[in-house]
Amino acid sequence: MTTHTLRSKRRRSALRTTAFMSPWLIGFSVFFVYPMVSTVYFSFTHYDGFGAPVFNGLTNWTYVFTDYPMFWPSLRNTLWLVLVMVTCRVVFGLGVGMLITKIKTGAGVFRTLFYLPYLAPPVAATLAFVFLLNPGTGPVNALLAEAGLPAPGWFNDASWSKPALTMLAVWGIGDLMVIFMASLLDVPTEQYEAAELDGASAWQKFRFVTLPNISPIVLFAVVTGVIQAMQYYTQPLIAGKVAAGVIGGSGQSFEPGYPDKSTLTLPQLVYNLGFQRFDYGAACVVALVLFALAMAFTALLMRGRNNLISAGD
Amino acid sequence: MTRLLDKTDASAPATAPRTPASRTARRTALLHWIAVHSLGVAAALFFVLPFVFVVLTSLMSDQQALTRDLTPNTWEWDNYARVFRTDGFLVWWRNTLLYAGAGTVLTVVSSIPVAYALAKFRFRGRKLSLMLVISMMMLPPQVVIIPMYLFWAKQMDLSGTLWPLIIPMAFGDAFSIFLLRQFLLTIPNEYLDAAKVDGCGELRTLIKVVLPMAKPGIAAIALFQFFAAWNDYFGPQIYASENPAAWTLSYGLESFKGAHHTDWNLTMAATVLVMAPVIAVFFFAQKAFVEGVTLTGVKG
Repeated sequence: MTTHTLRSKRRRSALRTTAFMSPWLIGFSVFFVYPMVSTVYFSFTHYDGFGAPVFNGLTNWTYVFTDYPMFWPSLRNTLWLVLVMVTCRVVFGLGVGMLITKIKTGAGVFRTLFYLPYLAPPVAATLAFVFLLNPGTGPVNALLAEAGLPAPGWFNDASWSKPALTMLAVWGIGDLMVIFMASLLDVPTEQYEAAELDGASAWQKFRFVTLPNISPIVLFAVVTGVIQAMQYYTQPLIAGKVAAGVIGGSGQSFEPGYPDKSTLTLPQLVYNLGFQRFDYGAACVVALVLFALAMAFTALLMRGRNNLISAGD
Repeated sequence: MTRLLDKTDASAPATAPRTPASRTARRTALLHWIAVHSLGVAAALFFVLPFVFVVLTSLMSDQQALTRDLTPNTWEWDNYARVFRTDGFLVWWRNTLLYAGAGTVLTVVSSIPVAYALAKFRFRGRKLSLMLVISMMMLPPQVVIIPMYLFWAKQMDLSGTLWPLIIPMAFGDAFSIFLLRQFLLTIPNEYLDAAKVDGCGELRTLIKVVLPMAKPGIAAIALFQFFAAWNDYFGPQIYASENPAAWTLSYGLESFKGAHHTDWNLTMAATVLVMAPVIAVFFFAQKAFVEGVTLTGVKG
């Protein structure tokens, strides 16, 4: 083969790759690169949508970190969600996954019932939980009162709103259950048999056989859980709005975080700054903080599960 | 649910011969069975009771819905008709179907060639492209929303419509590309090579050989995309909030609550009507769906 035909062949294959990749290449440039560059630029400007952006140095950055009253509460909430909600979801998801592998009678029915809440649309599920946990008329507090137990204020009490959101998140555990179930069924049975011969207790079998085998999946669940916690938007916003009794979806002026900033998360700040206060510059600062956090954990995920990338090579 | 998950059903309780020693073993097995299934029932109650209370409340009279009662005194099926008669509810349905339907078709069509290239072509920058796809998959939509909103609202004059949410789907969706690429990796290269020996170009190979084999993967991304659009709140909130004629169910539902402030029965009926289609779709397509969930986490 002459170098000439080789070169034209290579050019053809590059052209073919570009053609197949083109939807993504366009999408990536127009819907990611361009807005990212703009976001960085806006973060150094005063911009309210009227007139042109005016460069103002680090004003937005110092405002967000020192004067904007919602920034640090939202970071603290996110840390709480990472520590408590993610842990609860992983532990509960693993528990339900293990339970379902042990159920022999009616396994299909149980699986479907356990999985269904995961499918409930977030707005609908959140509305349902605000109703269920309504301190006045909700069935949960009715049952608690019946049992003579103290009835918390749930979504109307700053110290109970995040636990209530955690219950909602644990209710929709179906995705983790399926992933854990599949990985539990892949643990080689010989290892359990060997452990049994050695007289291992149930806990020892879990600790020394199950856990080492499924640890990559646990890591995957934890890291994706952390990323989801940072992106947490619809549920806390709706819960706060509905519990506060804001009238109308056009309740545009409602500042998120009810009660007492306890349900604030970073994405809600972008909405609050950009679309309620029309301070696009400061909104872009929060967007960049969110971006940095999301990418840091995505890098962790890719390192932990390198096979996501390398498979097929 | 799927072949993969049906493994659990294969191991029925062992029946042992009747000897004194095996009797205690049988008793332990029985106790174990009871313990596991009691736990199962307890968990099932936790997962199902919220649905039950929501449906029961949706059937109460206006007055009773304000009490702590758990079951309706009179069954007001008319509540559902009242929800449908509410201003806008049918429009939200139409908009949701348009957003979810058109969005799903565009995403599938535009994501297939990209996923195929990432799974089967060898080219410089392939690894980098894949890393960027995964990064975008993890990118919260709020990160780029300010410039995107300004672009769609000021330059394109499309605020108050769902087009700013539908049009980008013609340019591939990171999650769909990633999921489909994972699926295409499981198709052996021999099939592609055989098609090429028969004189097929890449496009013909993709359409004639790969796509028929990739149906489960395509079904999974279509379902995920449909559900994502159905559930989306942030997108319609940003672009459609100013124009109620463009609202979707997920967005309208919350305003429904606002407009029917104390009517928990109607709000719960509307909630049921937003949940029901998703659950119905799931029952028709649960195999594809669960396979998709597994694909995101386990296979690599």
